[in-house]
Amino acid sequence: MEFLFYMGDVFTPVNFGLLLLGTIGGLILGATPGLSPTMAVALLIPFTFKLEPQQGLILLGAAYTSTVAGGAVSAILLKIPGAPANIATTLDGHTMAQKGEGARALQLSFIASAVGGVFGVLLLIFLTPILAQWALAFGPSHLFWLAILGVTVIGTLDSSSVVKGLLSGCIGLWLATIGFDDIMGAQRFIFHPSVAGGINVIPALIGLFAIPQVITMFTKGRSSDDAEIITVQRHPIRKAMAEVFSRKRALSIGTAVGSIIGLIPGVGGQIAGLVAYDQSKKFSPEKDKFGTGHSEGVIAAESANNAMVGPSLVPLLTLSIPGSPTAAVLLGGLLIHGIFPGPDLFMNYPQVAWTFIDSMLIGQILMCVFGLYIAGLAANVARIPHGVMAALVLGLAVFGSYSVQNSMGDVYVMATLGLAMYFLERFGFSAAPLVLGLILGPIAEANFIQGSMIANATVGMGSYFFTGWLNWLLIVIVIASVSYSVWMEIAQRRYTTKDDAVAKEEALS
Amino acid sequence: MTDLPRNQHIIASGLIAAIGITVAYVSFTQEPADAFIFPRLIASVFAVLAIWTFGKAVLGRTKVGNGLSTAAMRNLAPGLIVMLIYVYWAAKGLGFYTATTIAFFVLLSLYDPAPHTQLKTWLKRIVITAAFMLVMYGLFAQLLNVFTPKEILF
Repeated sequence: MEFLFYMGDVFTPVNFGLLLLGTIGGLILGATPGLSPTMAVALLIPFTFKLEPQQGLILLGAAYTSTVAGGAVSAILLKIPGAPANIATTLDGHTMAQKGEGARALQLSFIASAVGGVFGVLLLIFLTPILAQWALAFGPSHLFWLAILGVTVIGTLDSSSVVKGLLSGCIGLWLATIGFDDIMGAQRFIFHPSVAGGINVIPALIGLFAIPQVITMFTKGRSSDDAEIITVQRHPIRKAMAEVFSRKRALSIGTAVGSIIGLIPGVGGQIAGLVAYDQSKKFSPEKDKFGTGHSEGVIAAESANNAMVGPSLVPLLTLSIPGSPTAAVLLGGLLIHGIFPGPDLFMNYPQVAWTFIDSMLIGQILMCVFGLYIAGLAANVARIPHGVMAALVLGLAVFGSYSVQNSMGDVYVMATLGLAMYFLERFGFSAAPLVLGLILGPIAEANFIQGSMIANATVGMGSYFFTGWLNWLLIVIVIASVSYSVWMEIAQRRYTTKDDAVAKEEALS
Repeated sequence: MTDLPRNQHIIASGLIAAIGITVAYVSFTQEPADAFIFPRLIASVFAVLAIWTFGKAVLGRTKVGNGLSTAAMRNLAPGLIVMLIYVYWAAKGLGFYTATTIAFFVLLSLYDPAPHTQLKTWLKRIVITAAFMLVMYGLFAQLLNVFTPKEILF
């Protein structure tokens, strides 16, 4: 119950102010199509430099939580999901809004999000210390395999092609080796002065997540979404509250599915929402009502995509392995303050860790309260033309990456990686494994070198890295995730034509 | 799959394969060898996967990735040119705030769906640009104390 001890820290004026700012800002950013939670958090990192570590994390955590929930506003009122996590919400939410039940749909969505989110954070609170205790037994070989596991699992599960996912991970791992080798002091792959000190993670993250979105907005030309905002009529909140809790099946399926999916590295929020929607429909006696503006559809999808937020941080805080791209960005936020998460985080920085986790718990409630009141404003922000949004994001990306070290080199790195990532995405590559490779590369290399030294002095490389139940467990998971993804790819190929695959990809992008 | 994406896939995967092979070559030839043990591991896998992807593209068996349509290329070209000039030259050459103001205004004018013929539209764009720059100056220069390159202009 250590988390209760630090609960008071969330309510200091500065911390609470930042929590409010992150929550309200996140709701508005989340409602804006094209601004994904990962990108929103990446763009916010430069603003945390001047803050204390826990203050910075409170801001980033609140933004993460509420951008996921805020995406429901445009999904319901405009039929444009603010983030991929809200795709399932459009199915019933927008139909409800068309029937004049927009306020009810929004209320159900925010209340279900808060319930799912609180459950997810409680899971984070109770699972993290147990896993952290267990993780203390990890040696260099285990940490090396864990880093490889992080890259391969995301590379294989997050990408539409296993080979391209793994290749993205390799590119990220290679980028991480650029610069000076810490042990030998040798220069590696320094082909331009901008990368002489290695690739800084923050500009890289900003570039990899923001620039492809900017260019995607350019490709839409001078068009605007022209989506009509459906007028929201008043609806009593207590009725919505009662309805959410009366739909126990949808709420529990959504919360359970979201929490489980959140714990699996690499499986994102959009899958949580869609799987919960599908399962809820399967188990519902009112199957036929799904898709026609049924409240269970909104409750299941929204509780799931917020329930996965907390558990997705468990691998990050216990093993320093980010389980999702947004967790990777949060890791960047921790690293700039000199804090390296891992099993000893709760011993060395208990105040930072617990205040951050507690703020996420309070943030879920604030998100629900403010979400209900600023939904209309957020929907209007969602109608900002692509051109304005592209120019805004580009400006923020350039200033944000420059401010990391007051260096133009970081701006060049940000823009070059972002440009390359846009074109890579067009050819089926994914940013998530590349980011994970970039972040986990130094962890993998440091533990590989340390492990090699121990191995050479003791049992030899083969025995050190390939024996012991924990090494084997991790190796088996790596092989299983690759095999499963290859099998899925082959199985799907039997049923889909190239045109199906292209259509599916277009729908997802 | 039409010929356009297929050719694009060949070019893109060919470039990646070239990078992969170069990285592998550098890793295995540079000294001190001890500093390149981990890069050698990565580069080997990188090169193999990149060549595999290139081979699939050449054989026309690429399943994912739609490439870029001509319409998309036409739309993104002006924005991309402005972005490249802004980031790689103007931000340092003209000064951060001047370059950002010009780039923001040009991008806004290029992609704003409002008609170019109305005076009101241009006034709105000027006001939005000024407001954006004011916010950026307040945030970065005043709040975060970031010293940006001033060069020949502000």
